[in-house]
Amino acid sequence: MIAAGIDIGSTGTKAVLFDGAIRATAVVPTGWDPAGAGVAAFRQALDAAGIAEGAVGRVVGTGYGRVSLPLFDKKVTEITCHARGAHFLHPETRTVLDIGGQDSKVISVDAEGKVVEFAMNDKCAAGTGRFLQVMAGVLGVSLEELGSISAGAEPVRISSMCAVFAESEIIGLLAKGVDKGRIAAGVFQSIASRMQGLAGKVSVSGGITFSGGVALNPAICRAIGSGLGAEVLVPAAPQLVGALGAALVGFEA
Amino acid sequence: MSEVCTPTLQEISGLRERNAISLKMAKERGKKVVGTYCLFSPVELIVAAGAIPVSLCGTSPTPIPAAEKVLPRSLCPLIKSSYGFALTDTCPFFHFSDLLLAETTCDGKKKMYELLGRMKPLHLMQLPQVQDEAALEYWILELKRLIRRLEEEFSVQITPERLASAVMLLNEERRSLKALQDVMKRKPAPITGIDLLTVLHNRGFTVDKHEAIELVNRLTAELTELAERGVSPFDSTTPRILLTGVPVGVGSDKVVRLVEELGGSVVCFESCGAYKKVDPVVPGADLLRSIAEKYLRIPCSCMSPNHGRLSLLERLVDEFQVDGVIDLTWQGCHTYNVESLSVKHHLQQGPGTPFLQIETDYSESDTEQLRVRIEAFLELISARLGG
Ligand code: SF4
Ligand code: SF4
Repeated sequence: MIAAGIDIGSTGTKAVLFDGAIRATAVVPTGWDPAGAGVAAFRQALDAAGIAEGAVGRVVGTGYGRVSLPLFDKKVTEITCHARGAHFLHPETRTVLDIGGQDSKVISVDAEGKVVEFAMNDKCAAGTGRFLQVMAGVLGVSLEELGSISAGAEPVRISSMCAVFAESEIIGLLAKGVDKGRIAAGVFQSIASRMQGLAGKVSVSGGITFSGGVALNPAICRAIGSGLGAEVLVPAAPQLVGALGAALVGFEA
Repeated sequence: MSEVCTPTLQEISGLRERNAISLKMAKERGKKVVGTYCLFSPVELIVAAGAIPVSLCGTSPTPIPAAEKVLPRSLCPLIKSSYGFALTDTCPFFHFSDLLLAETTCDGKKKMYELLGRMKPLHLMQLPQVQDEAALEYWILELKRLIRRLEEEFSVQITPERLASAVMLLNEERRSLKALQDVMKRKPAPITGIDLLTVLHNRGFTVDKHEAIELVNRLTAELTELAERGVSPFDSTTPRILLTGVPVGVGSDKVVRLVEELGGSVVCFESCGAYKKVDPVVPGADLLRSIAEKYLRIPCSCMSPNHGRLSLLERLVDEFQVDGVIDLTWQGCHTYNVESLSVKHHLQQGPGTPFLQIETDYSESDTEQLRVRIEAFLELISARLGG
């Protein structure tokens, strides 16, 4: 059986086809049309695998932007999906960290990849992908550059957790002539301490897997690892973990 | 989920409006009305004074903006709602109250009462925040002070006979409320949690206690009969949720609605208006002491320590075959928010029941975020139940 998982996030929509192993993947921007993005990602993955839509047994949808696509046989929350996906890629996973566009979460899972408990930050932008984007914008760099300019820089302390205040704090730092690299490193540290706070709400143990697109940034992974005082496992394609989890739910159903 | 409806359920849904009218008529007959805000109010004394007790606890978001013109916005929504109703004079039950009865429970409430006391006569009881012998002696003195106030205010005498019959009446009310809630022990429960909550809420506005008891008994019989026939909006695989934490009522019930909309069944409310309320007065040689004991042992988070809540929870989790516990805490409620951690640890070390804390207020602004959390929590439970 071939199962498809489609993760409609606030910035990117991801699709994974799974038949015991990952057959194909696709990533498209969500834009203003989550439903359209869901269909587009699915088609793109089908094309990549060279199979017809009819060959797919089950389609499972997840993600904040998950809408009632007629395509979906089932909808599952991103919490369950990230847990399943991370556990499949790294079976030693007992804690999953996920920084999404609009929220961040810490999930503790058991040996079978089932969710035991979770904590979420979704009230404000602090500690989310959105926070990074705003800060990169203030510094006038792209998200990737934010990582590269921070390399080796001594982080400057950013005391505001709130995105709005942090923004004016950074403008103030720039006006004082503080090096952009140091500010970028400070931004990562601020995200890391936010995740650390969230992790304190669940029992963090065993292998820690970092999922979600933000994990593509090695500087953040390092900051989070040193914040938690533990090694952090980063899957090769961390942005696909949610969609993979959805496909796994479909495959095992 | 198909709704279950019975004649008595329907009758109770219109109770609040009808009771506002009966209250007005009772007032015209010269009856006195005492408004209460909390489970710690010793209702026996009010009844023994021949007055009608009514609950004024604010569960609606409507008067909150008015309250926020005076009170800090960061305050607990229950306090803001209660105060807002008074300020805008939009609650008939507040309007008809001759005296307000309040207790020094949490900080927010006791300071709000200082302001409320400028609007209407208010009697403040000093509630000890520990449950030991010395506290009991002190609390008995506070009950005596309330007796004097009621006697003076309403020119009545609270005789031992009147006190004894008030105790009997209120114990009977508690017994009927316990029996009603115990129907939800059936698997699956015969009605939704939102229906049960609505009944408990509306019933609180009945002017005639005998009538209210009769109504609840009738409903219990109907629901038992439904359960016998296996009628239920749920099935035996529906996750059974216990809601603990802050007081909830009609208007502040969004979490209950979400749980049931997303496929859960709220079978038990371990909160003030529900199961916390059913603990009876155990009459001893000194009735006033027995009343004081009953109220002082209420397991509210303003007590420290508050072990009683943990043992009550553990018992209810078992008796109601609960699959998951949701701890609802209002933003700005420090006592319940901090205590949530103890509840979580207690469940982890004891029955291992999945646990979710939700911190929110009366607004709808976070509904989508709550939806994800609650849905993920129900998925987690179903995965456990599915093996
Ligand atoms: S939670 Fe405590 S303080 Fe609040 S109404 Fe209930 S008993 Fe009173
Ligand atoms: S919910 Fe908490 S803060 Fe609000 S009135 Fe009750 S004890 Fe006080």
